[in-house]
Amino acid sequence: MFRSVIIGLLSVVAVLILPPSAKAEYADVVINNYADAAGMRPVVFPHWYHRIRFRCKVCHADLGFEFKAGGNKITMAKIIDGQFCGACHNGEISWSVENCGMCHSGIPGTPTSIHGSTVQRLVAPTYKALEEKEKAKEKEKETEKQKEKVPQK
Amino acid sequence: MIMKKYLFIITALLLAVMLLGTVATAEEKKQEAKKPAVSSANVFNRLLKKEKTKNAAPAEDGIHDVENDNTHALQPPLIAYEGLPTTEFGNYVDWVKALNDGLLKPRYDLADPAVQPLIMDLDIVREVKASLPDVVFPHKPHTQWLHCSNCHPKIFAPQKNANVMSMSAILLGQKCGVCHGKVSFPVTTATCKKCHSKAKPADWTPPQSEASVKTPWR
Repeated sequence: MFRSVIIGLLSVVAVLILPPSAKAEYADVVINNYADAAGMRPVVFPHWYHRIRFRCKVCHADLGFEFKAGGNKITMAKIIDGQFCGACHNGEISWSVENCGMCHSGIPGTPTSIHGSTVQRLVAPTYKALEEKEKAKEKEKETEKQKEKVPQK
Repeated sequence: MIMKKYLFIITALLLAVMLLGTVATAEEKKQEAKKPAVSSANVFNRLLKKEKTKNAAPAEDGIHDVENDNTHALQPPLIAYEGLPTTEFGNYVDWVKALNDGLLKPRYDLADPAVQPLIMDLDIVREVKASLPDVVFPHKPHTQWLHCSNCHPKIFAPQKNANVMSMSAILLGQKCGVCHGKVSFPVTTATCKKCHSKAKPADWTPPQSEASVKTPWR
């Protein structure tokens, strides 16, 4: 009796403590180039909301947004100058930048990524393994360099 | 006196229940001890993770911070999708059909809603080496949303036989994968035939690999 109750309680606690698996809307982009370091929540950009109002061309051709999550290096200074998000989010076409939390609404520490992407759904993340391989190679090179340095002394 | 009787009965009952409980747990333990430890690696469909919630609201989607007050002011996607044609992948919305049916009127210009897109109706057929149906690329739905400069010449050279691509490149986010699998419909078994849509000629046979031609199995 008690054991099952305890197990039940533990599982409830675990569900509350463990990070929830991301079931974010397809194509929601988390942008965390600078936000975390600046003590702000990362930005969550909902593609679906914007594509209902604008065709891809408006942002990706006219405003110069690259087709890459985190690839645009957007800063608040650029937005205030009317670049990127600031082309609309200026109090004229859409609400202005004083609504910090409307964009900066992500869970702190969430990395830059596009949610629900095919790459994210791959069962075995080959792309990560490649990155790790490159890192391992770099490490090997460094250790070799250090070995070369030691006998010279 | 009556109270004492009742108290006695209740304590006796409680004791009995507790005793039964301990006996039961002891039996359970015995049974558990009998069962050999089986690896948890043998569960059915270990790597298939199915999405249980479609179009979760911002506060429940796992990337929005619930402690941020403005998260609760954001629009849940399901409200916006009401009445739009559905699909079985991506946002579960058929965006191209919604646009063609006039259910959506996204602007082609930042400020002027009257600007009309520059639509080009040209199908490009790409012959596929493998046994899958050939790919038909329709310019029409793409130019409804995008501008020529979005793809040409950076992603695709506007020239026949100039673009080398493979499904692995697309899956890893190159060529078609710059959008398909991120924003536009994803690459899944449910969507293969959206691109691979032109049947191979009746006399078509798959090309034999060089290795098997050189050294036949017999």
